[in-house]
Amino acid sequence: MLISAASTIALAAVLWLTVINTHGWAEVQRSFFDPKIAWASLPTLLLGLWLNVQVLFFAVIGVAIFATLIAVVRTLRGAVFFPLRFLAAAYTDLFRGIPVIIVLYLIGFGIPGLGLFPRLPPEFWGTIALILTYSAYVSEVLRAGMEAVHPSQRLAARSLGLSHAQTLRMIVLPQGVRKVGPALMNDFVSMQKDVGLVSVLGAVDVVRSAGIIESTYANFTPYVVAGLLFVLISWPFIRVADWLSARAQRREQIGGTV
Amino acid sequence: MTDQPVLRITNLHKNFDGVPVLRGIDLDVHQHRVVALIGASGSGKSTLLKSINLLERIDDGQIFLKGEDISDPRVNVDKTRARIGVVFQQFNLFPHLTVLDNVTLASRKVHGVPRDQAEETAVEWLERIGMRDKLRTYPDRLSGGQQQRVAIVRAITSNPELLLLDEITSALDPQLVGEVLDLVSELKTGGSTILMATHEMTFARKVADTVVFLKDGVLIEQGPPEQIFDHPQHPETRDYLSRY
Ligand SMILES: Nc1ncnc2c1ncn2[C@@H]1O[C@H](COP(=O)(O)OP(=O)(O)OP(=O)(O)O)[C@@H](O)[C@H]1O
Ligand SMILES: [Mg+2]
Repeated sequence: MLISAASTIALAAVLWLTVINTHGWAEVQRSFFDPKIAWASLPTLLLGLWLNVQVLFFAVIGVAIFATLIAVVRTLRGAVFFPLRFLAAAYTDLFRGIPVIIVLYLIGFGIPGLGLFPRLPPEFWGTIALILTYSAYVSEVLRAGMEAVHPSQRLAARSLGLSHAQTLRMIVLPQGVRKVGPALMNDFVSMQKDVGLVSVLGAVDVVRSAGIIESTYANFTPYVVAGLLFVLISWPFIRVADWLSARAQRREQIGGTV
Repeated sequence: MTDQPVLRITNLHKNFDGVPVLRGIDLDVHQHRVVALIGASGSGKSTLLKSINLLERIDDGQIFLKGEDISDPRVNVDKTRARIGVVFQQFNLFPHLTVLDNVTLASRKVHGVPRDQAEETAVEWLERIGMRDKLRTYPDRLSGGQQQRVAIVRAITSNPELLLLDEITSALDPQLVGEVLDLVSELKTGGSTILMATHEMTFARKVADTVVFLKDGVLIEQGPPEQIFDHPQHPETRDYLSRY
Protein backbone atom coordinates (compact mmCIF):
# COMPACT_ATOMS: atom_id res chain seq x y z
CA MET A 1 0.00 0.00 0.00
CA LEU A 2 2.69 2.40 1.12
CA ILE A 3 5.00 1.28 -1.65
CA SER A 4 2.36 1.69 -4.33
CA ALA A 5 1.49 5.19 -3.06
CA ALA A 6 5.12 6.20 -3.00
CA SER A 7 5.85 4.87 -6.46
CA THR A 8 2.74 6.61 -7.83
CA ILE A 9 3.86 9.93 -6.39
CA ALA A 10 7.38 9.45 -7.71
CA LEU A 11 6.11 8.70 -11.20
CA ALA A 12 3.77 11.69 -11.13
CA ALA A 13 6.63 13.92 -10.02
CA VAL A 14 8.89 12.71 -12.83
CA LEU A 15 6.15 13.29 -15.41
CA TRP A 16 5.38 16.71 -13.96
CA LEU A 17 8.99 17.83 -14.00
CA THR A 18 9.43 16.57 -17.55
CA VAL A 19 6.41 18.48 -18.74
CA ILE A 20 7.12 21.78 -16.99
CA ASN A 21 10.69 21.76 -18.19
CA THR A 22 9.68 21.46 -21.81
CA HIS A 23 10.46 24.27 -24.11
CA GLY A 24 6.88 25.43 -24.74
CA TRP A 25 5.40 24.77 -21.30
CA ALA A 26 4.89 28.41 -20.34
CA GLU A 27 2.95 29.03 -23.51
CA VAL A 28 0.84 25.89 -23.15
CA GLN A 29 0.13 26.67 -19.53
CA ARG A 30 -1.08 30.10 -20.45
CA SER A 31 -3.45 28.99 -23.19
CA PHE A 32 -4.74 25.72 -21.70
CA PHE A 33 -4.60 26.08 -17.93
CA ASP A 34 -5.51 29.65 -17.11
CA PRO A 35 -7.29 29.51 -13.74
CA LYS A 36 -8.98 32.90 -14.17
CA ILE A 37 -10.53 31.96 -17.49
CA ALA A 38 -11.45 28.54 -16.11
CA TRP A 39 -13.35 30.16 -13.25
CA ALA A 40 -14.99 32.77 -15.42
CA SER A 41 -16.18 30.27 -17.99
CA LEU A 42 -17.58 27.79 -15.47
CA PRO A 43 -21.18 29.16 -15.25
CA THR A 44 -21.59 29.19 -19.04
CA LEU A 45 -20.07 25.74 -19.34
CA LEU A 46 -22.35 24.33 -16.65
CA LEU A 47 -25.32 25.77 -18.47
CA GLY A 48 -24.10 24.05 -21.62
CA LEU A 49 -23.54 20.83 -19.73
CA TRP A 50 -27.15 20.93 -18.59
CA LEU A 51 -28.17 20.62 -22.24
CA ASN A 52 -25.90 17.58 -22.60
CA VAL A 53 -27.46 15.99 -19.55
CA GLN A 54 -30.92 16.54 -21.02
CA VAL A 55 -29.88 15.06 -24.34
CA LEU A 56 -28.39 12.09 -22.51
CA PHE A 57 -31.55 11.59 -20.48
CA PHE A 58 -33.84 11.44 -23.50
CA ALA A 59 -31.35 9.46 -25.55
CA VAL A 60 -31.11 6.80 -22.83
CA ILE A 61 -34.87 6.45 -22.69
CA GLY A 62 -35.08 6.37 -26.47
CA VAL A 63 -32.35 3.75 -26.75
CA ALA A 64 -33.90 1.59 -24.02
CA ILE A 65 -37.20 1.46 -25.88
CA PHE A 66 -35.98 1.27 -29.45
CA ALA A 67 -33.13 -1.16 -28.82
CA THR A 68 -35.44 -3.52 -26.91
CA LEU A 69 -37.91 -3.42 -29.76
CA ILE A 70 -35.23 -4.22 -32.33
CA ALA A 71 -33.78 -6.99 -30.17
CA VAL A 72 -37.19 -8.57 -29.71
CA VAL A 73 -37.98 -8.36 -33.41
CA ARG A 74 -34.68 -10.07 -34.21
CA THR A 75 -35.49 -12.99 -31.90
CA LEU A 76 -38.96 -13.60 -33.38
CA ARG A 77 -39.12 -16.92 -35.16
CA GLY A 78 -41.43 -17.94 -37.95
CA ALA A 79 -41.61 -17.08 -41.62
CA VAL A 80 -44.33 -14.46 -41.10
CA PHE A 81 -41.85 -12.23 -39.33
CA PHE A 82 -39.18 -12.47 -41.99
CA PRO A 83 -39.67 -8.94 -43.40
CA LEU A 84 -39.52 -7.43 -39.91
CA ARG A 85 -36.49 -9.48 -38.96
CA PHE A 86 -34.80 -8.48 -42.18
CA LEU A 87 -35.46 -4.78 -41.63
CA ALA A 88 -34.18 -4.96 -38.07
CA ALA A 89 -31.04 -6.77 -39.15
CA ALA A 90 -30.43 -4.29 -41.97
CA TYR A 91 -30.85 -1.42 -39.54
CA THR A 92 -28.35 -2.76 -37.01
CA ASP A 93 -25.80 -3.57 -39.69
CA LEU A 94 -26.14 -0.14 -41.26
CA PHE A 95 -25.96 1.95 -38.12
CA ARG A 96 -23.16 -0.01 -36.55
CA GLY A 97 -21.14 0.73 -39.66
CA ILE A 98 -21.62 4.49 -39.96
CA PRO A 99 -19.58 6.85 -37.77
CA VAL A 100 -21.78 8.77 -35.31
CA ILE A 101 -20.69 12.09 -36.70
CA ILE A 102 -21.97 11.22 -40.17
CA VAL A 103 -25.30 10.06 -38.75
CA LEU A 104 -25.47 13.37 -36.92
CA TYR A 105 -24.87 15.37 -40.09
CA LEU A 106 -27.31 13.31 -42.15
CA ILE A 107 -30.10 13.46 -39.57
CA GLY A 108 -29.38 16.91 -38.21
CA PHE A 109 -29.08 18.69 -41.54
CA GLY A 110 -30.87 16.28 -43.87
CA ILE A 111 -34.21 15.70 -42.18
CA PRO A 112 -34.95 19.36 -41.35
CA GLY A 113 -34.07 20.10 -44.96
CA LEU A 114 -36.98 17.95 -46.11
CA GLY A 115 -39.32 20.51 -44.61
CA LEU A 116 -41.60 17.76 -43.30
CA PHE A 117 -41.38 18.87 -39.69
CA PRO A 118 -41.81 22.20 -37.95
CA ARG A 119 -38.55 23.85 -36.94
CA LEU A 120 -37.01 21.86 -34.13
CA PRO A 121 -33.83 22.71 -32.21
CA PRO A 122 -30.60 21.01 -33.30
CA GLU A 123 -30.37 19.16 -29.98
CA PHE A 124 -33.59 17.36 -30.91
CA TRP A 125 -32.10 15.96 -34.11
CA GLY A 126 -28.86 15.27 -32.26
CA THR A 127 -30.77 13.16 -29.76
CA ILE A 128 -32.51 11.26 -32.56
CA ALA A 129 -29.17 10.58 -34.23
CA LEU A 130 -27.67 9.29 -31.00
CA ILE A 131 -30.69 7.07 -30.39
CA LEU A 132 -30.40 5.61 -33.89
CA THR A 133 -26.69 4.94 -33.58
CA TYR A 134 -26.69 3.55 -30.06
CA SER A 135 -29.82 1.45 -30.46
CA ALA A 136 -27.99 -0.51 -33.13
CA TYR A 137 -25.26 -1.46 -30.67
CA VAL A 138 -27.46 -1.90 -27.65
CA SER A 139 -30.01 -4.06 -29.48
CA GLU A 140 -27.22 -6.45 -30.43
CA VAL A 141 -26.05 -6.61 -26.83
CA LEU A 142 -29.60 -7.23 -25.64
CA ARG A 143 -30.15 -9.90 -28.24
CA ALA A 144 -27.02 -11.70 -27.14
CA GLY A 145 -28.29 -11.53 -23.57
CA MET A 146 -31.71 -12.90 -24.48
CA GLU A 147 -30.21 -15.72 -26.46
CA ALA A 148 -28.02 -16.64 -23.51
CA VAL A 149 -31.09 -17.28 -21.36
CA HIS A 150 -31.43 -21.03 -21.02
CA PRO A 151 -34.25 -22.40 -23.23
CA SER A 152 -35.67 -24.28 -20.26
CA GLN A 153 -36.61 -20.92 -18.76
CA ARG A 154 -38.99 -20.27 -21.63
CA LEU A 155 -40.32 -23.78 -21.32
CA ALA A 156 -40.91 -23.36 -17.60
CA ALA A 157 -42.65 -20.04 -18.18
CA ARG A 158 -44.88 -21.32 -20.97
CA SER A 159 -45.74 -24.44 -18.98
CA LEU A 160 -47.13 -22.17 -16.25
CA GLY A 161 -49.49 -20.67 -18.80
CA LEU A 162 -47.63 -17.39 -19.34
CA SER A 163 -48.16 -16.09 -22.87
CA HIS A 164 -45.32 -15.52 -25.32
CA ALA A 165 -45.33 -11.80 -24.57
CA GLN A 166 -45.42 -12.32 -20.80
CA THR A 167 -42.57 -14.81 -21.02
CA LEU A 168 -40.52 -12.30 -22.97
CA ARG A 169 -41.26 -9.42 -20.64
CA MET A 170 -41.09 -11.15 -17.28
CA ILE A 171 -38.59 -13.94 -17.84
CA VAL A 172 -36.39 -13.59 -20.90
CA LEU A 173 -35.75 -9.84 -20.96
CA PRO A 174 -34.92 -9.36 -17.27
CA GLN A 175 -32.57 -12.33 -17.28
CA GLY A 176 -31.03 -11.27 -20.58
CA VAL A 177 -30.40 -7.73 -19.36
CA ARG A 178 -28.70 -9.07 -16.24
CA LYS A 179 -26.39 -11.20 -18.31
CA VAL A 180 -25.18 -8.21 -20.34
CA GLY A 181 -25.26 -5.57 -17.60
CA PRO A 182 -21.54 -4.69 -17.89
CA ALA A 183 -21.71 -4.33 -21.68
CA LEU A 184 -24.77 -2.10 -21.41
CA MET A 185 -23.04 0.04 -18.82
CA ASN A 186 -20.07 0.49 -21.15
CA ASP A 187 -22.33 1.59 -23.98
CA PHE A 188 -23.94 4.05 -21.61
CA VAL A 189 -20.58 5.50 -20.64
CA SER A 190 -19.56 5.98 -24.24
CA MET A 191 -22.87 7.58 -25.07
CA GLN A 192 -22.27 9.98 -22.21
CA LYS A 193 -19.24 11.25 -24.07
CA ASP A 194 -20.89 11.29 -27.47
CA VAL A 195 -23.63 13.65 -26.32
CA GLY A 196 -20.92 16.31 -26.75
CA LEU A 197 -21.20 15.72 -30.51
CA VAL A 198 -24.57 17.46 -30.73
CA SER A 199 -22.46 20.63 -30.81
CA VAL A 200 -21.60 19.95 -34.46
CA LEU A 201 -25.23 20.67 -35.32
CA GLY A 202 -25.01 24.03 -33.63
CA ALA A 203 -26.62 23.11 -30.31
CA VAL A 204 -25.15 25.30 -27.61
CA ASP A 205 -24.00 22.55 -25.30
CA VAL A 206 -20.88 22.45 -23.15
CA VAL A 207 -18.56 21.81 -26.09
CA ARG A 208 -19.95 24.60 -28.20
CA SER A 209 -20.02 26.97 -25.21
CA ALA A 210 -16.35 26.19 -24.68
CA GLY A 211 -15.75 26.99 -28.34
CA ILE A 212 -17.47 30.34 -28.05
CA ILE A 213 -15.42 31.30 -25.02
CA GLU A 214 -12.28 30.01 -26.67
CA SER A 215 -12.76 32.32 -29.63
CA THR A 216 -13.40 35.37 -27.44
CA TYR A 217 -10.34 34.92 -25.24
CA ALA A 218 -8.21 33.07 -27.76
CA ASN A 219 -7.61 30.58 -24.99
CA PHE A 220 -8.24 26.82 -24.82
CA THR A 221 -8.82 26.56 -21.08
CA PRO A 222 -12.63 26.20 -21.46
CA TYR A 223 -12.10 22.97 -23.43
CA VAL A 224 -10.00 21.58 -20.61
CA VAL A 225 -12.70 22.51 -18.12
CA ALA A 226 -15.39 20.97 -20.34
CA GLY A 227 -13.31 17.79 -20.57
CA LEU A 228 -12.98 17.65 -16.81
CA LEU A 229 -16.72 18.11 -16.44
CA PHE A 230 -17.30 15.13 -18.73
CA VAL A 231 -14.90 13.03 -16.70
CA LEU A 232 -16.59 14.12 -13.51
CA ILE A 233 -20.06 13.05 -14.58
CA SER A 234 -19.00 9.81 -16.22
CA TRP A 235 -16.63 8.70 -13.47
CA PRO A 236 -19.30 7.20 -11.16
CA PHE A 237 -20.76 5.25 -14.06
CA ILE A 238 -17.35 4.01 -15.14
CA ARG A 239 -16.82 2.70 -11.60
CA VAL A 240 -20.24 1.03 -11.63
CA ALA A 241 -19.46 -0.56 -15.01
CA ASP A 242 -16.18 -1.96 -13.67
CA TRP A 243 -17.86 -3.19 -10.54
CA LEU A 244 -20.56 -4.92 -12.58
CA SER A 245 -18.03 -6.69 -14.78
CA ALA A 246 -16.00 -7.76 -11.79
CA ARG A 247 -19.10 -9.13 -10.13
CA ALA A 248 -20.22 -10.87 -13.31
CA GLN A 249 -16.80 -12.48 -13.58
CA ARG A 250 -16.90 -13.67 -9.97
CA ARG A 251 -20.35 -15.19 -10.54
CA GLU A 252 -19.10 -16.90 -13.65
CA GLN A 253 -16.28 -18.44 -11.63
CA ILE A 254 -18.49 -19.81 -8.87
CA GLY A 255 -20.96 -20.96 -11.52
CA GLY A 256 -23.92 -18.89 -10.38
CA THR A 257 -27.09 -19.34 -12.35
CA VAL A 258 -27.94 -15.69 -12.99
CA MET B 1 -68.78 -37.13 -10.30
CA THR B 2 -68.80 -39.30 -13.36
CA ASP B 3 -66.05 -41.75 -14.09
CA GLN B 4 -64.59 -39.47 -16.74
CA PRO B 5 -60.79 -39.58 -16.60
CA VAL B 6 -58.90 -36.37 -15.94
CA LEU B 7 -56.61 -37.25 -18.81
CA ARG B 8 -57.35 -39.46 -21.74
CA ILE B 9 -54.87 -40.04 -24.51
CA THR B 10 -55.85 -41.91 -27.64
CA ASN B 11 -53.57 -43.14 -30.40
CA LEU B 12 -50.96 -40.44 -29.80
CA HIS B 13 -48.22 -40.23 -32.43
CA LYS B 14 -45.22 -37.94 -32.41
CA ASN B 15 -42.27 -37.77 -34.81
CA PHE B 16 -39.13 -35.73 -34.62
CA ASP B 17 -37.94 -34.98 -38.16
CA GLY B 18 -39.71 -38.07 -39.45
CA VAL B 19 -38.37 -40.33 -36.70
CA PRO B 20 -41.25 -41.78 -34.68
CA VAL B 21 -40.82 -41.15 -30.96
CA LEU B 22 -44.34 -41.90 -29.75
CA ARG B 23 -46.21 -44.59 -31.65
CA GLY B 24 -49.87 -44.82 -30.80
CA ILE B 25 -50.11 -44.24 -27.07
CA ASP B 26 -53.43 -44.91 -25.32
CA LEU B 27 -53.57 -43.91 -21.68
CA ASP B 28 -56.11 -42.83 -19.05
CA VAL B 29 -55.37 -41.04 -15.79
CA HIS B 30 -58.25 -40.93 -13.34
CA GLN B 31 -58.91 -38.38 -10.67
CA HIS B 32 -56.83 -38.63 -7.47
CA ARG B 33 -54.65 -41.27 -9.07
CA VAL B 34 -50.89 -41.38 -9.42
CA VAL B 35 -49.60 -42.91 -12.61
CA ALA B 36 -45.89 -43.66 -12.97
CA LEU B 37 -44.25 -43.75 -16.39
CA ILE B 38 -41.19 -45.95 -16.54
CA GLY B 39 -38.94 -46.85 -19.41
CA ALA B 40 -35.40 -46.58 -20.68
CA SER B 41 -33.78 -43.29 -21.58
CA GLY B 42 -35.09 -42.19 -24.95
CA SER B 43 -38.30 -44.22 -24.70
CA GLY B 44 -40.38 -41.05 -25.03
CA LYS B 45 -41.45 -40.23 -21.46
CA SER B 46 -40.54 -36.56 -21.60
CA THR B 47 -41.98 -36.20 -25.07
CA LEU B 48 -45.27 -37.65 -23.85
CA LEU B 49 -45.42 -35.25 -20.89
CA LYS B 50 -44.54 -32.27 -23.05
CA SER B 51 -47.18 -33.24 -25.59
CA ILE B 52 -49.81 -33.29 -22.87
CA ASN B 53 -48.78 -29.79 -21.82
CA LEU B 54 -48.87 -28.69 -25.48
CA LEU B 55 -45.17 -27.93 -25.41
CA GLU B 56 -44.77 -30.35 -28.30
CA ARG B 57 -47.04 -30.47 -31.32
CA ILE B 58 -48.39 -33.97 -31.88
CA ASP B 59 -48.72 -35.65 -35.27
CA ASP B 60 -51.75 -37.83 -34.67
CA GLY B 61 -54.20 -38.86 -31.98
CA GLN B 62 -56.09 -36.92 -29.35
CA ILE B 63 -55.58 -35.69 -25.82
CA PHE B 64 -58.56 -34.98 -23.60
CA LEU B 65 -58.41 -32.99 -20.39
CA LYS B 66 -61.61 -33.57 -18.42
CA GLY B 67 -63.33 -34.48 -21.65
CA GLU B 68 -62.14 -31.46 -23.61
CA ASP B 69 -60.01 -32.19 -26.66
CA ILE B 70 -56.92 -30.10 -25.97
CA SER B 71 -55.12 -31.43 -29.04
CA ASP B 72 -57.58 -29.49 -31.17
CA PRO B 73 -55.53 -26.71 -32.80
CA ARG B 74 -58.26 -24.17 -31.97
CA VAL B 75 -57.84 -24.67 -28.24
CA ASN B 76 -56.39 -21.80 -26.19
CA VAL B 77 -52.90 -23.06 -25.47
CA ASP B 78 -52.09 -20.72 -22.57
CA LYS B 79 -55.39 -21.39 -20.79
CA THR B 80 -54.91 -25.12 -21.18
CA ARG B 81 -51.36 -25.03 -19.82
CA ALA B 82 -52.60 -23.05 -16.87
CA ARG B 83 -54.82 -26.02 -15.96
CA ILE B 84 -51.85 -28.38 -15.86
CA GLY B 85 -48.92 -28.16 -13.44
CA VAL B 86 -45.49 -29.27 -14.61
CA VAL B 87 -42.16 -29.86 -12.93
CA PHE B 88 -39.13 -30.73 -15.01
CA GLN B 89 -35.90 -32.44 -14.13
CA GLN B 90 -34.11 -29.15 -13.40
CA PHE B 91 -33.89 -25.41 -14.18
CA ASN B 92 -37.52 -24.97 -13.21
CA LEU B 93 -37.16 -21.84 -11.12
CA PHE B 94 -36.58 -18.35 -12.44
CA PRO B 95 -33.18 -17.22 -11.11
CA HIS B 96 -34.06 -13.51 -11.15
CA LEU B 97 -37.10 -13.92 -8.91
CA THR B 98 -37.32 -14.71 -5.20
CA VAL B 99 -38.83 -17.95 -4.00
CA LEU B 100 -42.06 -16.12 -3.18
CA ASP B 101 -42.26 -14.44 -6.60
CA ASN B 102 -41.48 -17.71 -8.33
CA VAL B 103 -44.36 -19.38 -6.56
CA THR B 104 -46.88 -16.57 -7.04
CA LEU B 105 -46.01 -15.48 -10.59
CA ALA B 106 -48.48 -17.72 -12.40
CA SER B 107 -51.27 -17.15 -9.88
CA ARG B 108 -50.93 -13.42 -10.27
CA LYS B 109 -50.23 -13.10 -13.97
CA VAL B 110 -52.14 -16.03 -15.39
CA HIS B 111 -54.95 -16.68 -12.94
CA GLY B 112 -55.46 -13.08 -11.92
CA VAL B 113 -55.24 -13.75 -8.18
CA PRO B 114 -54.53 -10.53 -6.22
CA ARG B 115 -50.98 -10.36 -4.89
CA ASP B 116 -51.73 -10.54 -1.17
CA GLN B 117 -54.00 -13.53 -1.65
CA ALA B 118 -51.48 -15.29 -3.90
CA GLU B 119 -48.76 -14.66 -1.35
CA GLU B 120 -50.87 -15.96 1.48
CA THR B 121 -51.39 -19.25 -0.30
CA ALA B 122 -47.73 -19.41 -1.24
CA VAL B 123 -46.58 -18.76 2.32
CA GLU B 124 -48.89 -21.50 3.61
CA TRP B 125 -47.37 -23.97 1.22
CA LEU B 126 -43.81 -22.91 1.83
CA GLU B 127 -44.46 -23.26 5.52
CA ARG B 128 -45.66 -26.80 4.98
CA ILE B 129 -42.43 -27.72 3.26
CA GLY B 130 -40.41 -25.98 5.95
CA MET B 131 -39.21 -23.12 3.81
CA ARG B 132 -40.96 -20.23 5.45
CA ASP B 133 -37.61 -18.54 6.09
CA LYS B 134 -36.66 -18.68 2.39
CA LEU B 135 -39.41 -16.45 1.00
CA ARG B 136 -37.03 -13.70 -0.08
CA THR B 137 -34.22 -16.00 -1.08
CA TYR B 138 -33.12 -16.38 -4.70
CA PRO B 139 -33.05 -19.89 -6.19
CA ASP B 140 -29.26 -20.05 -6.53
CA ARG B 141 -29.03 -20.00 -2.74
CA LEU B 142 -31.17 -23.13 -2.40
CA SER B 143 -30.13 -26.77 -2.45
CA GLY B 144 -31.29 -28.83 -5.42
CA GLY B 145 -33.86 -30.53 -3.23
CA GLN B 146 -35.21 -27.23 -1.98
CA GLN B 147 -35.37 -25.92 -5.54
CA GLN B 148 -37.39 -28.91 -6.69
CA ARG B 149 -39.77 -28.63 -3.75
CA VAL B 150 -40.35 -24.96 -4.51
CA ALA B 151 -40.94 -25.91 -8.15
CA ILE B 152 -43.54 -28.46 -7.06
CA VAL B 153 -45.23 -25.92 -4.82
CA ARG B 154 -45.22 -23.44 -7.68
CA ALA B 155 -46.88 -25.98 -9.94
CA ILE B 156 -49.69 -26.78 -7.52
CA THR B 157 -50.60 -23.47 -5.86
CA SER B 158 -52.99 -22.67 -8.68
CA ASN B 159 -54.78 -26.00 -8.15
CA PRO B 160 -54.04 -27.65 -11.48
CA GLU B 161 -56.36 -30.41 -12.60
CA LEU B 162 -53.36 -32.54 -13.47
CA LEU B 163 -49.75 -32.52 -12.29
CA LEU B 164 -46.97 -33.72 -14.61
CA LEU B 165 -43.62 -34.58 -13.05
CA ASP B 166 -40.68 -35.39 -15.31
CA GLU B 167 -37.93 -37.21 -13.43
CA ILE B 168 -37.90 -34.53 -10.80
CA THR B 169 -35.29 -36.26 -8.68
CA SER B 170 -32.85 -37.52 -11.29
CA ALA B 171 -30.61 -34.43 -11.17
CA LEU B 172 -30.40 -34.51 -7.37
CA ASP B 173 -27.78 -35.83 -5.00
CA PRO B 174 -29.08 -39.09 -3.51
CA GLN B 175 -29.47 -37.61 -0.01
CA LEU B 176 -31.86 -34.94 -1.36
CA VAL B 177 -34.16 -37.32 -3.22
CA GLY B 178 -36.13 -38.32 -0.14
CA GLU B 179 -37.43 -34.88 0.79
CA VAL B 180 -38.75 -34.32 -2.73
CA LEU B 181 -40.44 -37.70 -2.95
CA ASP B 182 -42.01 -37.16 0.47
CA LEU B 183 -43.67 -34.05 -0.87
CA VAL B 184 -45.06 -36.01 -3.82
CA SER B 185 -46.49 -38.63 -1.44
CA GLU B 186 -48.08 -35.82 0.51
CA LEU B 187 -49.69 -34.48 -2.66
CA LYS B 188 -51.10 -37.90 -3.40
CA THR B 189 -52.64 -37.98 0.07
CA GLY B 190 -54.04 -34.52 -0.62
CA GLY B 191 -55.84 -35.90 -3.66
CA SER B 192 -53.74 -34.58 -6.54
CA THR B 193 -53.91 -36.31 -9.90
CA ILE B 194 -50.37 -37.02 -10.98
CA LEU B 195 -48.63 -38.43 -14.05
CA MET B 196 -44.91 -38.80 -13.40
CA ALA B 197 -41.94 -40.10 -15.33
CA THR B 198 -39.50 -41.69 -12.93
CA HIS B 199 -36.51 -43.93 -12.50
CA GLU B 200 -37.26 -44.38 -8.78
CA MET B 201 -38.75 -47.87 -8.87
CA THR B 202 -39.14 -48.21 -5.12
CA PHE B 203 -41.01 -44.94 -5.01
CA ALA B 204 -43.19 -45.87 -7.98
CA ARG B 205 -44.10 -49.13 -6.29
CA LYS B 206 -45.00 -47.31 -3.10
CA VAL B 207 -47.11 -44.40 -4.35
CA ALA B 208 -48.27 -45.20 -7.87
CA ASP B 209 -51.73 -46.62 -8.44
CA THR B 210 -50.75 -47.56 -11.95
CA VAL B 211 -47.35 -48.15 -13.50
CA VAL B 212 -46.93 -47.71 -17.23
CA PHE B 213 -43.99 -49.19 -19.10
CA LEU B 214 -42.90 -47.43 -22.27
CA LYS B 215 -40.41 -48.75 -24.79
CA ASP B 216 -39.37 -47.01 -27.98
CA GLY B 217 -42.50 -44.91 -27.97
CA VAL B 218 -44.86 -47.85 -27.48
CA LEU B 219 -46.88 -48.49 -24.33
CA ILE B 220 -45.89 -52.07 -23.67
CA GLU B 221 -47.75 -52.79 -20.45
CA GLN B 222 -49.63 -51.06 -17.67
CA GLY B 223 -51.13 -52.19 -14.40
CA PRO B 224 -50.93 -51.90 -10.64
CA PRO B 225 -47.36 -51.80 -9.29
CA GLU B 226 -47.53 -55.32 -7.87
CA GLN B 227 -48.38 -56.68 -11.26
CA ILE B 228 -45.76 -54.70 -13.17
CA PHE B 229 -42.93 -55.19 -10.72
CA ASP B 230 -43.69 -58.71 -9.43
CA HIS B 231 -45.51 -60.38 -12.29
CA PRO B 232 -44.79 -58.50 -15.50
CA GLN B 233 -46.81 -60.02 -18.30
CA HIS B 234 -44.61 -58.91 -21.11
CA PRO B 235 -41.07 -60.16 -21.74
CA GLU B 236 -39.90 -56.61 -22.61
CA THR B 237 -41.07 -55.34 -19.22
CA ARG B 238 -39.37 -58.25 -17.46
CA ASP B 239 -36.19 -57.59 -19.38
CA TYR B 240 -36.18 -53.88 -18.51
CA LEU B 241 -36.95 -54.40 -14.81
CA SER B 242 -34.34 -57.11 -14.44
CA ARG B 243 -31.77 -54.33 -14.72
CA TYR B 244 -33.03 -52.67 -11.55
N1 LIG C 1 -36.46 -31.69 -29.76
C1 LIG C 1 -36.13 -32.90 -30.23
N2 LIG C 1 -35.69 -33.04 -31.50
C2 LIG C 1 -35.37 -34.25 -32.00
N3 LIG C 1 -35.43 -35.40 -31.30
C3 LIG C 1 -35.85 -35.32 -30.02
C4 LIG C 1 -36.20 -34.08 -29.42
N4 LIG C 1 -36.58 -34.31 -28.15
C5 LIG C 1 -36.46 -35.64 -27.97
N5 LIG C 1 -36.02 -36.27 -29.07
C6 LIG C 1 -35.81 -37.70 -29.24
O1 LIG C 1 -36.99 -38.36 -28.87
C7 LIG C 1 -36.72 -39.56 -28.19
C8 LIG C 1 -37.47 -39.57 -26.87
O2 LIG C 1 -36.93 -38.57 -26.02
P1 LIG C 1 -37.51 -38.31 -24.58
O3 LIG C 1 -36.78 -37.13 -24.06
O4 LIG C 1 -38.98 -38.24 -24.65
O5 LIG C 1 -37.08 -39.61 -23.80
P2 LIG C 1 -37.19 -39.93 -22.26
O6 LIG C 1 -37.93 -41.20 -22.15
O7 LIG C 1 -37.74 -38.77 -21.54
O8 LIG C 1 -35.69 -40.17 -21.86
P3 LIG C 1 -34.91 -39.82 -20.51
O9 LIG C 1 -35.21 -40.94 -19.57
O10 LIG C 1 -33.48 -39.82 -20.92
O11 LIG C 1 -35.39 -38.50 -20.05
C9 LIG C 1 -35.21 -39.63 -28.05
O12 LIG C 1 -34.72 -40.50 -29.02
C10 LIG C 1 -34.76 -38.23 -28.31
O13 LIG C 1 -33.48 -38.24 -28.90
MG1 LIG D 1 -36.92 -37.39 -20.10
